[in-house]
Amino acid sequence: MSHVQDLPGWAALATAALVLLGAALTLVGAVGTLRLRSFFERIHAPTLGTSWGTGAILLASIVCFSALGTRPVVHEILIGVFISVTTPVTLMLLARAAIYRDRTEGKGEVPPRASLRRPD
Amino acid sequence: MTGAILLWSVAAAQTMLVAAMGCCTYRLIFGPRAQDRVLGLDAMYVSAMLLVLTIGIRTGSTVYFEGALIIAVLGFVSTIALAKFLMRGEVIE
Repeated sequence: MSHVQDLPGWAALATAALVLLGAALTLVGAVGTLRLRSFFERIHAPTLGTSWGTGAILLASIVCFSALGTRPVVHEILIGVFISVTTPVTLMLLARAAIYRDRTEGKGEVPPRASLRRPD
Repeated sequence: MTGAILLWSVAAAQTMLVAAMGCCTYRLIFGPRAQDRVLGLDAMYVSAMLLVLTIGIRTGSTVYFEGALIIAVLGFVSTIALAKFLMRGEVIE
């Protein structure tokens, strides 16, 4: 591990703290995926990993490679922007699909579709 | 000294990420319904991407970031395709 000895002390400590923070948040989100009751509660849990789990590990990577001076940090910002843009899209589409399936099968506690027409 | 702290904390972070992938694998295999399995797959993609990023920090190599970006793109596309399939019964219609 030659690059670790080249790293200054503050950068190594900051990288270590940020990596631990991100991994712990991702683990908490995954445990929430296991433990919550219904699907619509469970779909909230992995966003813990996609928001600050990803953000902290990307920040750790930015600090590490900027202190090493090997390359600019554009790659990590690209991954962060991509994850934060695509996660709401995927999870909302998945939630809409789950609502549609629950409504067509008529089970679960999903409310029926609000009708636009007033009943005569 | 700080280098040893960094290596040990990256190892602990990798262990936690693998445990997160294990939780997602349980949801992928034993999920009561299909949307639970898709949710487990999506969370597992994110954990795998973070694991590749921590491997990149540990080795100091720059090739892992392209791999993490490709995993992120593939996770997005696969989750979109599976959610579309759950809603409509077709992926491309």
